[in-house]
Parts: sequence; C-alpha cells; structure tokens
Amino acid sequence: MVQMTLNGLRVEVEEGMTILEAARFYGINIPTLCYHEGLSPYGACRLCLVEIGPSGQSKLVSSCTHRVEEGLVVRTHSERVVKRRKMLIELYLATCPQSRVIQDLASKYHVTRVRFTPRYEDCILCGLCVRMCAEQMQGKAIGFAHRGSNRKVATPFDVKSEECRLCGGCMYICPACQSRCQGPQEEEPLCNACLNLDQPCLNYFDDNMCFMDPCVACELGAGREAKAKSRDGRL
Amino acid sequence: MSNKLPDVEEILEGAVKKHGLAVVPLLQEIQEHFRYLPEEVLRKLSQKTGIPLIEIYHAATFYNSLYLTPRAKHQINICTGTTCHIRGSGKLIEEVFQVLGIGPGETTSDGNFTLETVNCLGCCAVAPAMVVDGKYYGNLTPGDVREILNKIMEKAAVEE
Amino acid sequence: MEATSRLAVPEDLAGLRERLKDRLDEKKPRLVVCGDTGCTVRDSRELAAAIEKILSEQGLSDRVELKVTGCLGFCEKGPLMLVFPGAILYQKVQPSDAGEIVEKTVLKNELVERLLYTDPESGLPVACAYDIPFYKLQNRALLETCWYINPLDIYDYIARGGYAALAKVLGGMTPEAVIAEMKEARLRGRGGAGFATGLKWEFCRSSPGEEKYILCNADEGDPGAFMDRSLLEGNPHAVLEGMIIAAYAVGAKEGVIYIRIEYPTAVLKLEEAVRQARELGLLGKDIFGSGFDFDVIISKGAGAFVCGEETALIRGAEGKVGEPRQKPPFPADVGFRGKPTVINNVETFVNVPLVINQGAALYHSTGTESSGGTKIFCLVGKVKNTGLVEVPFGTTLRQIIFGIGGGIKDGKKFKAVQTGGPSGGCLPEAMLDLKVDFSDLAQAGSIMGSGGMIVMDEDTCVVDVARYFLQFLKSESCGKCFSCRVGIDRLLEILDRIIAGNGSVEDLALLEELAVTVKDTTMCGLGQTSANPVLSTLRYFRDEYLAHVRDKRCPAGVCRSLFRYRIDEDLCAGCGACAEQCPAGAIKETDEGCYRIDHGLCTVCGACAETCALDAITKD
Repeated sequence: MVQMTLNGLRVEVEEGMTILEAARFYGINIPTLCYHEGLSPYGACRLCLVEIGPSGQSKLVSSCTHRVEEGLVVRTHSERVVKRRKMLIELYLATCPQSRVIQDLASKYHVTRVRFTPRYEDCILCGLCVRMCAEQMQGKAIGFAHRGSNRKVATPFDVKSEECRLCGGCMYICPACQSRCQGPQEEEPLCNACLNLDQPCLNYFDDNMCFMDPCVACELGAGREAKAKSRDGRL
Repeated sequence: MSNKLPDVEEILEGAVKKHGLAVVPLLQEIQEHFRYLPEEVLRKLSQKTGIPLIEIYHAATFYNSLYLTPRAKHQINICTGTTCHIRGSGKLIEEVFQVLGIGPGETTSDGNFTLETVNCLGCCAVAPAMVVDGKYYGNLTPGDVREILNKIMEKAAVEE
Repeated sequence: MEATSRLAVPEDLAGLRERLKDRLDEKKPRLVVCGDTGCTVRDSRELAAAIEKILSEQGLSDRVELKVTGCLGFCEKGPLMLVFPGAILYQKVQPSDAGEIVEKTVLKNELVERLLYTDPESGLPVACAYDIPFYKLQNRALLETCWYINPLDIYDYIARGGYAALAKVLGGMTPEAVIAEMKEARLRGRGGAGFATGLKWEFCRSSPGEEKYILCNADEGDPGAFMDRSLLEGNPHAVLEGMIIAAYAVGAKEGVIYIRIEYPTAVLKLEEAVRQARELGLLGKDIFGSGFDFDVIISKGAGAFVCGEETALIRGAEGKVGEPRQKPPFPADVGFRGKPTVINNVETFVNVPLVINQGAALYHSTGTESSGGTKIFCLVGKVKNTGLVEVPFGTTLRQIIFGIGGGIKDGKKFKAVQTGGPSGGCLPEAMLDLKVDFSDLAQAGSIMGSGGMIVMDEDTCVVDVARYFLQFLKSESCGKCFSCRVGIDRLLEILDRIIAGNGSVEDLALLEELAVTVKDTTMCGLGQTSANPVLSTLRYFRDEYLAHVRDKRCPAGVCRSLFRYRIDEDLCAGCGACAEQCPAGAIKETDEGCYRIDHGLCTVCGACAETCALDAITKD
C-alpha cells in the first residue's frame, strides 16, 4: 500500500494504481473522454488532469496515466484544474457540439458559453475505437493516420479494411457519435438544458469543498451568498 | 534507376534482414527503391512481417519524407524556416505558383515538378533558400526563382 | 594516411599523437575552405577544386595544405576562407579568386585586400580573423577546433588532442568520478530544458538493470537553428567521444544517434567518423584495453519535428511513429527498448571531452554560477553579421546582437529577438540586457531552446510572427493530445481573425486564456511551450495587438488586410514599370500620365513597390 494525500485527506491506496483509479475508489468523480476501464490508458483527452506536487511547484498531469507514489499530493478539483477543465470542455463543445456526451459534460461542469466557431466534426480523436479494435477485438482494422491537425482515425489507405469483422465495437464505444437529445428549440452549439449548479466554493477557496455530484451549491452560508454573486446569474 | 522494375520480394527480403521489424527504416529502404511507397508493396510488407498494415500506414502518413504517391521528376523544396519566412520565402512560393501553377504539396499535371515546403534547411545565413533536385540556392528573389525554373524547363525541353 | 592499427591501450594514443605532430606545424602554409552548407550554396566546393588544381599545376601540393572544414562561423560573409599562418580571413571568395590567393598570399606573403573584411566603424580592412569583432567578442571553446580539422579525417582530430579525454577516463577514472566531474562542471543539457547532465547520468546509472542505452538527439528541427548540424559536419568525432564517455559513466554498451534526414551531409560525415573510430578500436570491444565495450548505430529520422521531444525521439529511434507519451516514467528509467536511457543533444556531448580535458574547475570558471561553459547560438534574421556564435553563459543579448552581430541590417530599428526556436518567446528592446541563461530566459517568458536566435527589425509584425510559429507547430504537433492539436488550431483561428482585421479586444483576452490553457494542459514539451510565441508577444507587444484589433492597422505593414499600397503621384515619373510587374493588372495609367492602383483588384503582393526605382509606392 502507498500513502498519499488526496484533496487534503491522507489516504492509503494500492501500489500500481493510477491516480484516476484511486480517486474513483474514494468516490471522487474526475471527468474523462478517452479513458475506459477495459482499455489501456491513453492520456490524450486531458480532461482527467489533476494538480500534483506542493503548491508553488505543482503541475498538471493526466491522472489516467500517472501512477500513485508514496507521499504524492494530489488535488483533483483545485481552482486551476477546474478552470482549465472548463476551457477544455468549451473547446470540445466547439469541436463536436452534436455529441450528447460532450453536451452532458458542459451541463455538469457549468460551461455556459462557447466562444469559438462551432465545427461539427465527427471525431475528437480520443482513440477509444482504435484501442477497442486492437485490444478487445484483436482486430487492428483501424488506427491513426497523418499528424497534427490532419490526424484522423482511418483504415489503411482509406479503403475497407481486410481485418474488419464489422463487429461494431468502435461505434459502441464512441463518445462523439451519440446524438444529442432533441429539444423543442432549434439546436445551438450549447444545450445546457440539464445545467447543473456552478460550484460556489471556488469563489472563496482554492479547492472544491465537497464532492456532491451534482453540486447543490450548498444552500447554507457561503453557498447562499455565492449564489447571489454568481457570475452569470443563471442559478 | 533502371527501367526494369525492382523485384519486390527480393527488396523486402533484404530490408527485413537489415532492419528487422522497425517500420520506419523498412519504409525508408522501400522508398529508396521505388522513389515512393506503393500500396501493394506495403501490403506485401505487412503480410511478410506480420506488422499490422495500419501501423505501416500510420508511419507512412506521419513522416514528412515518406510519400504514398509517386514523386515528380523535379523536386522543388522551399525553406519556410523562421529566417526564410521573415526574409520573404512566402514570395518565392507565390512565384512558383505564378510560373508552374502549383502550391505546396502539389505536383504539376505533367508530372514534372513537385513543390514542397521544408521546415529548415539549416542554411539560414543565405535565407531565403530553396533546393531543386538536390542543388541548394540561397539569397533568392522571386526573379531568381523564375530564372532557375525556366532554365530547368528549357533543359528538359531540349532533352526531349 | 597513417597506417591503421588498433589503439590497444591509452599509451598508443599518445604515441600516435606524437607521430602526427607534423600536422600541428604552425608555419606550414595552409588554405582552409569552409565546406558547410551555407558556403557550399555559394560555390565553396568549386573554390576548393580551383585551388587544388592550381596547387597541383604549380607543383605546390606537397608544400601547401588545402583543407575543407566544417562551418567557419561568419556565414554572412561566405564563402569563407582562412589562410595560415596568420589566420587571414578572406570573405566572399569566388573560384576565380583562387589563383590570386595562391600567388599573392601563399607565395609572396601579400594580402589580397579586396577580399578582406572591412571594419564598418573605421572603414579599414582587418586581416587576421581573431581581430574581427565578430570573432574577437566570442569564446569559441567548442567551435575553434572546426577551423583546424578535416571532419573526414580522424587523425586531424587526434593530432589536436582528440580522444585524449576518453583515454584519461578509461585509463583510470571510475564512472562515479566522471559523473561527479560533470556535476561539478555544472554542465547542463544544451537541448533546451537545461537539465543537469551529471544528474541525468546518475539517475540512469542507478536505475536497475544491466542493459542501458545512450541516445544522441541530432534531430535538430528548430527552424532558424543549425548549431548541431555545424558540429556534426565540422567535428563529428567530438560527438562520438562525448557519447563513449557518457556510455562508460552510465554503463551502456550501445548508443543510437538519431539524426534528421534533412541533413544528408551530416549523416555522411557521421557514418565516416563511426567507421574510422571502429577501425582504431575507439568503438567496439574492449576500448583502450579497459574491458569496456561500446558501439553506436545511426538512425535516420524521417522528418518530424516532434521527434526532438525525448519520449518521441525514443520511439523514432526504435523505428516507430514518433508520438510522445506522458512522463513519468522518465527515459532514465524506461527509455530506448524499454531500458534505462540517457538522451543528450549533440552540443552537450561535444562539451563532455572538454570538461574532462580542462577539469571541472577550469570549465566552470566560464559561464554563470548555475550553468558552466559556453553556448552556441545561431544568430540569424535581420542582423548584420549572421552566423554561428559561441559565448559564455551570462553574456547579454545586447552583447550578442549589437556586439558580435554588429546591430541591425540596413539601418533599421531593432524590434525583437526570438530565442529558443518556434516554442520560444519574442523579447523586446527593454530585455536586451538580459543575461543569457536557462532560468533568466524562462523568467522573461522565453526559453533557451537549442540556441536559435532570430533578430527582427521594425518591418516585422509580431502578430504575424506568432501566427507563423503556430502554423508551424500546427502541422508539426503529433496530434495525439487534444489540447495541443485543437488548442493550437483555435489560437490560429483567433490570430487569423486579428490579421484579417476582424479581431476585437475581447479576442485578446480569449487568446491569452486559451494560450495559458494550452501551456498548462498538454502532454509533452512541444505542446507546453507552443503557446510561448503568443504569450510573450502579448506580454511585450500588446500595443501592436491593440493596433490590429482596435485601429485595424498593422504598424509594421505586414498584414495585408490592414494596409494598402499607394502611388505618390508627385513622385511618380510615369515609367509604368509597376504596371508591368503587377500580376493582378491592378495598376492603370491616369490621364495625368502617372499611375494609380485599383484597390478592388490589388492583392497587396508588393511587387510594384519592389520595382519602383523612385520609391514612389508606399504602404498606407
């Protein structure tokens, strides 16, 4: 077992675990898009970032790839983490606004604006399908091709792959192709129909104070005050 | 290069003996023989070595110096490194377009010229720079580019 | 050529050096021609051939030595040539000058004045290279050797003390002592991050396992930087010697040099150097009879900037797709083929023999408290003296740009200097007294990088520069991690908007917020530094951004949507040259006999302004 500090609490976790697994074990929710229990960690969606190290020298790492270490100090919901995470979700929204999974993330983490031109792309390159095909289906029918902004998931030479058995595993696991629920109004880049409350604690503290999911913006004390001061008044 | 097509089996055999299962050196070797990476050769390579075809395809599309399409007779590389950029390499690219009608990454319809941009040729002191068929040219103006290209075209016309 | 026989013990090296003493004869006339890419572009190879022909025609071949070396440094004035004795520097030498040089300088000891460097201040010619400010103000601890050796000849290197450091190490130093020496010398990695070399070696040495590797990062991809190429082409054996010493220190038996394919000449020279070193038993089994084995292979990169990042480099060297992975584990624990690996860059390895030969104390007397030794920079851009420049750590930017570099070209004003390649930052005039050191540059919002230094004048638009670097990184990012791939793309989207004249003040805030996010959240070094060009220009040149978004004006006259060309009708002589040049047919003759631009057709290419002999066409 390894001793570490998780959001200020001293906890014991099994050696070899990732920070993400440890946090989930202790009931702390960290959002992910490219992670799946049955597949090897990939570290590309960056949503699972956590802050590690003593303050002043801390850095952000992807918790799905980082193993726990003795004495490690981890903050999963610090102000820095939450701020960056919200920006990333905003970027995801602009990339793939038609995805239900991404809209849900936006609602849950109180992302209420999109300042970039929406692009309606089909893919966020999380690589779940590629790993699903290779690791679970022993297929290797699809993979990545090209690089940089031209990178895409492809079959060899962009023709039907001889290895593909049409199992559909890639579609099953895809977070981008699950369509949004159809609301009464015209579809906009931002749905926010199931918008959660914004976490008021970050107006006062450096970290989230509790891990209620969804946040109830504690109806008491500071929370009530925060509600009044809330930035966009949507609460 | 002789007109006789190189024997695929023989080339693959030799390449695998030399490089094992390292994809990039294998592809570099294949490209040396064919001047690009023909699809059927890569499929054979995958069958022969057991390297998944998608991994071969990924490597072939990832690296700048590996090509899946045949190269033109004359290769024009214009440096777009920082120094060349601030000393006007953009104007050279425009000039090539004026003369040949091709932009970066494109080949003329007669298959004679391919234009490509490279990140840095490492001869910043003579920026902006260009390499045509392996010969370096430095301190270029758009007029120089036109002259160089015209000379090559004239020479090609004479040879034909 | 000497008879090739294996150097079985360190004493053999000393013996060989004794036999090579003739090569150090200072009085023997020697002609040195620069064979580096910058000079060969300008026909230095033809120059060498012309000299060779003349020497053999006149029967001088035995008496006068002709040497084609690596980069002589002062690239601005190329093709360069040095004449010994006296280190007389001839600049811009053409093949047709060969006869005169041999006749006058070699035979009669006279100078060819028209080929000498002229001091811009006094207007007088300077003969000796060491008296030229460009060289005088440098400390060429690493580069000096390149003046004297033929990179294709290992005996040249040995004659000048090459492989002596290796003999010393294998002749009686423990690996721990070598590492301690590197630490005490404060040698820091020259690849960019400046990690302490001794510490890196120690981590790798203490990492469990028998099988370890040394990797040399010769994938110098930064546009505007060619230090490593010059070292590889000018002194390849120094790189090898450094690698062998490193291998001994960490306990590695195999090494890989990962070199980019865009450097074909460097590859050839390196291959030849490896062959020669093997022949003398400096690579292979039982080096110097010490029982220590080490050999290297050369792996050619296939063209991907991201492979300069160490985890991507490992995969590239393994012949795979060069995608970085999240650290930890660090390469010192899990590296090449999954084994503990030390990765150092070319310049770092070249420093290693120097540390051993000089001793840590002497080595460390140059440089700053935290960084020992010198650093090579590629001084390029709008500066008078472009070239390869070596200075101690702690030298100020001003000394480099205005002292060695001679100031800005064509009487223009200095605007910014960009250090550290595409992921570096742009520093303004106010920062010119900054001392060049890893920590100082980082604090100022830039990085040391591998040593590119690009000088920009008032005609450079910083928004355009930031956009240029992002464009570069957009195609060079591996594309794996979301915040790098999409973040850079969206930064570009905002910059494009600003450059097209559609930006707003809010865009600047968004640009900054996004840039910070990209810097903070990406996986590897490429992404983490990719926002530096934006953040540093926003920090030091916010006014220029504001001019773009608020006044819709590009002060430098670079962003084409934000200015127009205008023909001053008072100055126009009506020659019509501009109209002839205009590719868009936008320039028409007026009734008054001068010319006017139709802005509806004009593509703002600038061809007219370049043509006009009277400078009547200006930016508006």
